[in-house]
Amino acid sequence: MKIILSHLTKTFPGRGRGNKKKEDVTAVNDFTFEIPDGKLVGLLGPSGCGKSTTLNLICGLQKPTEGQIFFDEEDVTPLTPQKRGVGMVFQNYALYPHLNVEQNIRFPLENLKGEDKLSKEQMRARVEEAAGLVQIGDLLDRKPAELSGGQQQRVAIARALVKLPRVLLLDEPLSNLDARLRLQTREEIRRIQKKTAITTIFVTHDQDEAMSISDLIVVMKDGLVQQIGKPQEVYDNPANLFVAKFLGTPPINVFDGRVENGSLFIGEEVVLKLKNVSDQPVHVGVRPEGFVLSENGSFTCRLSRPEVMGRDVSIVSTHTASQNPVVRSIVDAECCEHLSGDTVRFMLKPQKVFLFNQTTGERIPFEIER
Amino acid sequence: MKKNRLLTIITYAFLVFWALIVLFPFYWMVLTSVKDYGAYNAEYIPRFFTLFPTLQNYADAFTTVPLGRYLLNTLWFTVGTTALMLVVITLAAFAFARLQFAGRDIVFTLFLALMMIPNELVVITNFTTITNLELRNTFTGLILPSVTSVFYIYLLRENFAQIPDELYYAAKVDGTSDLRYLRKVMIPICRPTLVTITILKIIECWNSYVWPRLITDDADYYLVSNGIQEIRENGFGRANIPAMMAAVVVISLPLVILFLLFRKQIMSGVARGGTKG
Repeated sequence: MKIILSHLTKTFPGRGRGNKKKEDVTAVNDFTFEIPDGKLVGLLGPSGCGKSTTLNLICGLQKPTEGQIFFDEEDVTPLTPQKRGVGMVFQNYALYPHLNVEQNIRFPLENLKGEDKLSKEQMRARVEEAAGLVQIGDLLDRKPAELSGGQQQRVAIARALVKLPRVLLLDEPLSNLDARLRLQTREEIRRIQKKTAITTIFVTHDQDEAMSISDLIVVMKDGLVQQIGKPQEVYDNPANLFVAKFLGTPPINVFDGRVENGSLFIGEEVVLKLKNVSDQPVHVGVRPEGFVLSENGSFTCRLSRPEVMGRDVSIVSTHTASQNPVVRSIVDAECCEHLSGDTVRFMLKPQKVFLFNQTTGERIPFEIER
Repeated sequence: MKKNRLLTIITYAFLVFWALIVLFPFYWMVLTSVKDYGAYNAEYIPRFFTLFPTLQNYADAFTTVPLGRYLLNTLWFTVGTTALMLVVITLAAFAFARLQFAGRDIVFTLFLALMMIPNELVVITNFTTITNLELRNTFTGLILPSVTSVFYIYLLRENFAQIPDELYYAAKVDGTSDLRYLRKVMIPICRPTLVTITILKIIECWNSYVWPRLITDDADYYLVSNGIQEIRENGFGRANIPAMMAAVVVISLPLVILFLLFRKQIMSGVARGGTKG
């Protein structure tokens, strides 16, 4: 089922004290987006950017100030959460501590009334099916406190799935897990989502997570959608400086630069020849993998140290025009054996270099002069 | 080593001494209740033991006044009050902890302010109210003033407030009504506190004296506490202390049994109540 968000806006009334002018806080600002059927969508952004609010709006726990939400053709904006048929997994899982796993998963089914009411056997079958799907069939008698974080997570997902929701919503599903389990669980979420083909939206502040399993990612900042697209597209083609900075580990290197007569300057060096760009000061973003070691490269940095990461080597250096404290570049391990001296010289891969307007942060398109 | 041993001996000696002081009134109660009325009155200096124990006083306690009826009255009063109070405080605590409504915090603050007014002051206004409502000598009049307790509402509210909000939201997403959430999630999670409150309230009801004494002058509605007073006054010019003590033993037994059964709950409850209140 597809989900359509139409001009969705949520403002919270300002409260006194810290916010003295009592300005309203806009958590989500004019969000319009169509989520295709059966896709896994990641809402990505730093904390306080409105991604959880968006999730709560879709879920129905909060009412939008303006705008509408459609599930397929149906306007669900005025409906209560249970009438929308959504399953939600909370960040801390929200399992009922006094009920065992089976009772926890069965809880939503016991609320069904009228025609939907299920017999004991039907409930049992549904619970077992959901538990089987997340592979916790052998834990049904345990209490949540007796489960590991990953297992609790699975129970929470099973509880969300047991009522066969039209939409599955996950709020920071991995943030309470340790690094190793996180990798495992995100694969698991991907597998479950593929198998059930339920349209799924999940919220995260971790770009790795969002990039690795989403079909689409939505990058948000201060309640405004910055960019929507497939993970690779957004990474390769950031709409503005914020998106470029937010995606990618290690983060993108940003330099103060300028365009003069078709030449891109970083410091006093011309690093690229450009076409169709007017003269202006710019921010230059260079992905760490956009550097190529070259003895007669046009870009010179002061070498700090190489960091060996196994397959690759990360070269840490500094540059006066850099906005980050260090410039990080990732190069193949073979080509840096001859690193020596105080300076290191690079060529830049043009497709890994982005120009941004210095005041608005918007992307400036350019072509390469050969 | 030797020093430690000495310390242990002193500690135990002190504890034994203290235990004797605490237990002595109980011993005295039981002892007096089995002394013969005549023998008791003949004692110039009270004796610490009796060679001729008798159960006659117990029979007297039940025959001179309808003690059985009083016990039944008390049971009915205790069960009624406790049950009603549990319903009232649970709903009130739920509202204060979970629901959003205008003036919630102000109302709660006013409730807390009530805790500063001593019970003795309230008794007078309660008496006027109940009398004006013509509820003297009725169970309604007996029960009504104690069906709520600000302190227990506060205690329970704090307990409810500790349940993470996400559980409520999760329940909402699953279509759980507020009352069902209260019944299926909040009450089971806070059961230890509720059990403690129940026990403390039972003890309080069982021991209540001033209010029932004020509001009842018809023996049909006397509670055991008034019954004891009545036995005392029935002593033909001289108080029948042994019969009174027999009645006290009978009355105390249910509480002693309750205490033995729920010792752990009561102790932890008192400790918790102490740190929170």
